Amino acid sequence: MELLVSVALGVLTASGVYLILRPTTFSVVLGLTLLSYAVNGLIFFGGRLKAGAPPLSVPGLANQTDPLPQALVLTAIVIGFGMTAYLLAVALKAKSESGTDHVDAGETR
Amino acid sequence: MMAHLPFLPVLIPLVTAVLLLVAAKADIEVKRGISALALGILVTAALAQLIVADDGSVRVYRLGDWPAPYGIVLVLDRLAALMVALTSVLAMPVFLAATSGTDSRGPHFHAFLQFQLMGLNGAFLTGDLFNLFVFFEILLLASYGLLVHGGGLQRARAGIAYVVLNLTGSALFLIALGLLYGLLGTLNMADFGVALQKVAPEDQGVVAVMCALLVTVFLLKAAVLPIGFWLPQVYTAATLPVAALFVIMTKVGVYALLRVTTIGLMAAPFTADLLQPWLTWLALGTIAVGAMGMLAASSLGLVVANLVLVSGGTLLLAVAEPGAQSIAAALYYLVQTTLVTAALFLLADALARQRGDAEDQLAAGPPLQNYTFLGLMFLVFGVAACGAPPLSGFIGKIMVMQAMEGSVHPALIWTALIVSGFVAALVLARAASVFFWEPGAPGIAVKPVVAYVPAPGLMLAMILLTAGIVAVSAAAAPVASYTRAAAEQILARDAYVSAVIGDPAAVQREKRP
Repeated sequence: MELLVSVALGVLTASGVYLILRPTTFSVVLGLTLLSYAVNGLIFFGGRLKAGAPPLSVPGLANQTDPLPQALVLTAIVIGFGMTAYLLAVALKAKSESGTDHVDAGETR
Repeated sequence: MMAHLPFLPVLIPLVTAVLLLVAAKADIEVKRGISALALGILVTAALAQLIVADDGSVRVYRLGDWPAPYGIVLVLDRLAALMVALTSVLAMPVFLAATSGTDSRGPHFHAFLQFQLMGLNGAFLTGDLFNLFVFFEILLLASYGLLVHGGGLQRARAGIAYVVLNLTGSALFLIALGLLYGLLGTLNMADFGVALQKVAPEDQGVVAVMCALLVTVFLLKAAVLPIGFWLPQVYTAATLPVAALFVIMTKVGVYALLRVTTIGLMAAPFTADLLQPWLTWLALGTIAVGAMGMLAASSLGLVVANLVLVSGGTLLLAVAEPGAQSIAAALYYLVQTTLVTAALFLLADALARQRGDAEDQLAAGPPLQNYTFLGLMFLVFGVAACGAPPLSGFIGKIMVMQAMEGSVHPALIWTALIVSGFVAALVLARAASVFFWEPGAPGIAVKPVVAYVPAPGLMLAMILLTAGIVAVSAAAAPVASYTRAAAEQILARDAYVSAVIGDPAAVQREKRP
C-alpha cells in the first residue's frame, strides 16, 4: 500500500512539474493542479496509512488515526482552489488582451 | 483589552477589509475614510505593542483558548512587535500616496490593502508553522490583487508569472510542513525546536532535507540569487505606491527565516549549521546581481527594485551567521532600508506624474514643475539609500559591517557592502542629473511641460517617510538598543519555549509508529 501511494504521488508530481514547464498558461494551470493534488495527498498520508480507524481523539479507543493532517489538508485544498481560480481569471484576462495563451504573449523586445 | 492586544493587528485589518467589501459600491471618499480610520487605529495598536513588548516578556495569545502545542497561538515578542509596527507605519504613506489617484483605478484597492496588512501582521505574530503558511497565502492573495490593480497586459503577464511562482513555492512549503508533521508530530514553532532535539538518528537526514525545503521557500520570498529574479519584473509592473508596500514582503521572507532558524534549526546540532556556508555566498551573489541590475536599469522604478535585491542580500549576510550583534544590526538595517526603498518608489511615482510619456524612465523628459521639493526629497532618500553619512543608511551599514567583523569572509563582505553603496550612489546621481538638470541644460531640446496635477497625498506621504528616515537616523541609539534587545530575546530560546508551551517534558504526546 505504501509503495502504491508513493508511486502515485511521484507520478502526479512529475507530471505536474512537466506541465508547469510548458509554454502555455493552460498547461501551467493543469500542472499546478496536479502538483497540488500530489501535495495534498502527501500531507494526508503524512498522518500514516491506517484503515478503518476514526479521525477522533476518544479516550480509551485503541485504533484511531491522527486528525490533524485531515484538518491541514482541508485548509490546503481550499487555499489551493482559490489560488487556482484566481490564476485562471488573470490568465483569461491576459489571453483576451493579447489574443494568445502563450506565457510570453505581448513581450516587447 | 490589553490581553487581546497581540490579536488586534490581525483583527483590525480583517474587519476593515470586510467592511470595505460590503461597501464596494460606495464612493471612493467613503472607502478612503474607512481605510484611514482603520489605519489610525492599527498604528496605535502596533505602537502600543511595541511599548508593551519592550518589558522583555513573551506574550502568548491562544486562539480559541486551546493550549499550545495543540492549538494555534499568536506570540508577541520584541521582534514581532517591531515588524508589525514597521508594517503599520509603512502602510500610512502607502495609503496617502494611493489617494492621489491610484486607488480609484479599480473598486477594491483599499480592501486588498487591508487584507495585505492582515496577512503581513499575522505572519509576523503567529507562533505556528502551518498558520504561517495560511497568513503567507492571505498576504499573497492580496498582493496578487494589488499587483494587477490598474489593469494592462504587462501587469497581467507579471501577475501570471508571480502567481505561478508563488503557487509552486506554496506547494514546496506544504510538502515541507506535511513531512515535518509526519516526522516530528508538531507544527508549533516553540515545540518544533524541542522536537528537533529528539529526532532519531535514522530520521535526521529526512528532517534536515525538509528544513532545507522550508528555508528554500523563505529564500524565494526574500528574493535571493537563484530564485530572486522575479522581483524586479513584478515590482516594476505594479503601480508605484503598491511597489512601495511590496518592499515589506521580501522582509517577511527574511523574518520567517530568522524566526525558524533561531527558534528551530539552532536548537539541534544536526540542523544548526544548515545555512552555512552557502547562504553567505548566495547573499553576496544577490548583492552583486542587484548592483549590476541597478547599473543596467532603464527606469527609476527598476533601480529601486534592484536596490531592494541589494538590501535583501545585505540582510541575509547577517542572518547567515546569527548572533546577537549581527541580528541586531540586520534588524536596524531592515527598518531603515524598508522606509528608504519605499520612499524612493513613491518619489518615482511623483516624478512620473510630471513627465508624461517619459514616466520614470532614465531618459530626457519635460522639465519638472516643483523641482525644489522633489530635488530635496531625492537628495534625502538618495543619501540614505546609498549609505552615505549622516542618514540611517550609513549607520545601518556600519552596524552590519561591524557585526560581520568576526565572520568567515569579512574582507569580501565589506567590499560587497561598500561597492554596492558606491554603485547606488553613482546610479542615483546619474538619475538625478537626468531628472533635474538635463531638461534645463543648454543644447538639450526643451520638451513641452506636462500639465501639473497637484498630488497632496503623495507629497504628504513623502514628507512622512522623510520624517521617519530622519527619526530613525537621529534616534539611532534607542532604535539600535531595541533591536539589540530583540536579537537577544529571540536567541534566548528557553524563555520563548516556556512561555508558549510551558515545560516541554510535561506536554502529552501521542505515540507515533
